[in-house]
Amino acid sequence: MTALDVATVKRDFPILERKVNGKRLVYLDSASSAQKPIAVLDAMDDSYRRHYANIHRGVYTIAEEATAAFEAARRKVARFVNAPHAEEIVFTRNATESINLVAYSWARANLRAGDAIVLSHMEHHANVVPWQMLAAERGVELRWIPLTSDFRLDLSNLDALLDGARLLAISAMSNVLGTLNDIRPLADAAHTHGALVLVDACQYVPHVATDVQQWDADFIAFSSHKLCGPTGIGALWSRLELLEAMPPFLGGGEMIRDVRLDGFTTNDVPWKFEAGTPAIVEAVGFGAAVDYVTAFGMDAVRAHEVSLTGYALEALRDRFGESLTIYGPTDLDRRGGAVSFLFDGIHAHDVSQVLDEDAVCVRAGHHCAKPLMRQLGVPATTRASFYVYNDEADVDALIEALAKAQKFFAV
Amino acid sequence: MAGIEDLYREIILDHYRSPRNRGELPVPPAHKVEGFNPLCGDEVVLYLDVDPESDAVRDVKIAGQGCSISQASTSMMSAAVKGRPLAEVRKLIRAFKALMSIHESKLEGEGEGDGSDLAAELAGVRLGDLEALQGVVKFPVRIKCATLAWNTLQQALDETAQAQA
Repeated sequence: MTALDVATVKRDFPILERKVNGKRLVYLDSASSAQKPIAVLDAMDDSYRRHYANIHRGVYTIAEEATAAFEAARRKVARFVNAPHAEEIVFTRNATESINLVAYSWARANLRAGDAIVLSHMEHHANVVPWQMLAAERGVELRWIPLTSDFRLDLSNLDALLDGARLLAISAMSNVLGTLNDIRPLADAAHTHGALVLVDACQYVPHVATDVQQWDADFIAFSSHKLCGPTGIGALWSRLELLEAMPPFLGGGEMIRDVRLDGFTTNDVPWKFEAGTPAIVEAVGFGAAVDYVTAFGMDAVRAHEVSLTGYALEALRDRFGESLTIYGPTDLDRRGGAVSFLFDGIHAHDVSQVLDEDAVCVRAGHHCAKPLMRQLGVPATTRASFYVYNDEADVDALIEALAKAQKFFAV
Repeated sequence: MAGIEDLYREIILDHYRSPRNRGELPVPPAHKVEGFNPLCGDEVVLYLDVDPESDAVRDVKIAGQGCSISQASTSMMSAAVKGRPLAEVRKLIRAFKALMSIHESKLEGEGEGDGSDLAAELAGVRLGDLEALQGVVKFPVRIKCATLAWNTLQQALDETAQAQA
C-alpha cells in the first residue's frame, strides 16, 4: 500500500487552486459533496464533445459509443463494490432515490399493515422519511435502534426489535457522528429474523473498501458525487433475483420490453428500473471517479483518513479542551472522517460564518439528521469532513479559524 | 467583499449575549407563537400580550434558541415593539422586512429602482438599533435568520386579530 501524496492529489482538483476572500480554499465538506478531479471533468467533457448521443437506441457509431461508455461505467461501479453481476447496479439520481426505489417498489409490493421496519437514531433523513411515508400510507410500524453514550448503535435490544420485522434499513457510516456500523453481524441478525437489509452506504463507499458480498445485505444505496463524481447519478445495488421479482418504479421509455394499448411488459434488470433517458454523461463521470479513487487503492484512502481524523481529533482537544464538544466515537477504527463538534455557547452557523472569512468550508446545521440532533440535544453542529485532497495543513487552518471564531463570540 | 464585522455589529452581539425580555407570559391573555427556520434549526418562541383597550403591545416575552443573528434579532424586536400601538408595530414589521428585501433584490442585480419603495416603507419609521441588522443583507443565507422573529411577530398579530374578531 502506497501512502497518498496529498500535495500531488491537490493538483488534480482545479477548484482547490481558487482563492476565496484572498485565502487558499480549505475544503472540509466532502461528506456533503466531494470536489471533482480533472480526470472526471475531462471524461465528461470528452463524452459530450466526441461520443454524445442517446443510449440503447441508435445504431450509428456515436450512439453505440455512448451506450458502451454508459454500460462500461456500470461495470466499473459494480467491480468497485464487488458486485457479482454488473446488472445488479441500477443507476438512480442519487442515494436518496435509490432508497426511495426500494420503498416504492419492493416495500409497497411486500409490506402490509402491522409489518415492521427497523431503523436507527443515526439515520439521515433519506433513510427515515421514505419509510415514514410508507408507514403513514400502509400502517407499517417503524422501530428504532437507539444509540449508546459513545455514539454507537445500542444493539442490546436488537433481537426484540427485529422480531417480526421485514426490513432493517441502516447506515454504514453516520454523516454526523462518523460512526462506522459493522454491517455483516447486523445483516446476519436481520436475516435470522427473516428481514431484508438495506444499507445506506452513501458516506461509506467513497472512503472504505466496500464488498457487497461480504456484507451480505440485500439493498445498498450510494451516490457518485461524494466519490468525486458528478451530481445527478447514484446507484442501487441489489441481488439479481430480488430485482427481478420487484415491480418497476418509474414508468416510461427504456424500462419496457413491449407496450400495447392494453398494457406493457418490463425490460430486463437493471434497465427495468431506469425509465427515461438516464444521466448518460454523469454515468461516464461516475465511472471515471471510480477509476480515480481506485488508482489510490481504497486501503490507502482509508489509511489516509484514519491518520487525518486522528490528527484533527487530537488538535481540537488540545486547542479547545472543554469548551468544545465532539459528537462521535473517539476510537479511530470505529469511525470515518466526518467530525462534528460544537463550541459551548456559540451556534454552529456563527462558527461557520467566521470560518468562511478564512475560506474554510465546513457544514453547519442539522445535517439532514434531525432525529439524531434531538437525541444529542443540540439544534445544530459544525462538521468538518475529509477526503483524499485534505492534509494536516487543512486541519491546522481549521483550528486557527476556529480559534478566531471562539475569540470573536467570547461570551 | 463584506467582512464579518458588517454582520456581527457590537449591538447585535450585545443582544445575543444579553437578550432582552426573555421569559414567558401566561396564555391567555398572552398569545404564544413559535417560529422555526427549518434550514438551520433556529427557533423563536414569542409571547405577545395585546391590550384590546388601547390596541397596543402590553407586554412581550421571548424564548427559543439559534444563531446570534436570529436570537439578537428576536431580542431587538421585543425591545422595539414593547408598549407600542399595533399600528406602529405593523409599520415596523413592514419597514424591517423592506430593509431586508431591498438589499436582497439589489444583490440579485435588479437595479437601484427599488429605493423609492424602501423610502415609502421607511417613511416616518424609526428603526433605531434595528438598523444594525442591515449588514445581514450582505450575507443572503442569513437573512432568514434575521427575519424569523419578525415573521413570527406577524403571525402572532394575525392570530391575535383573529381571536378578537
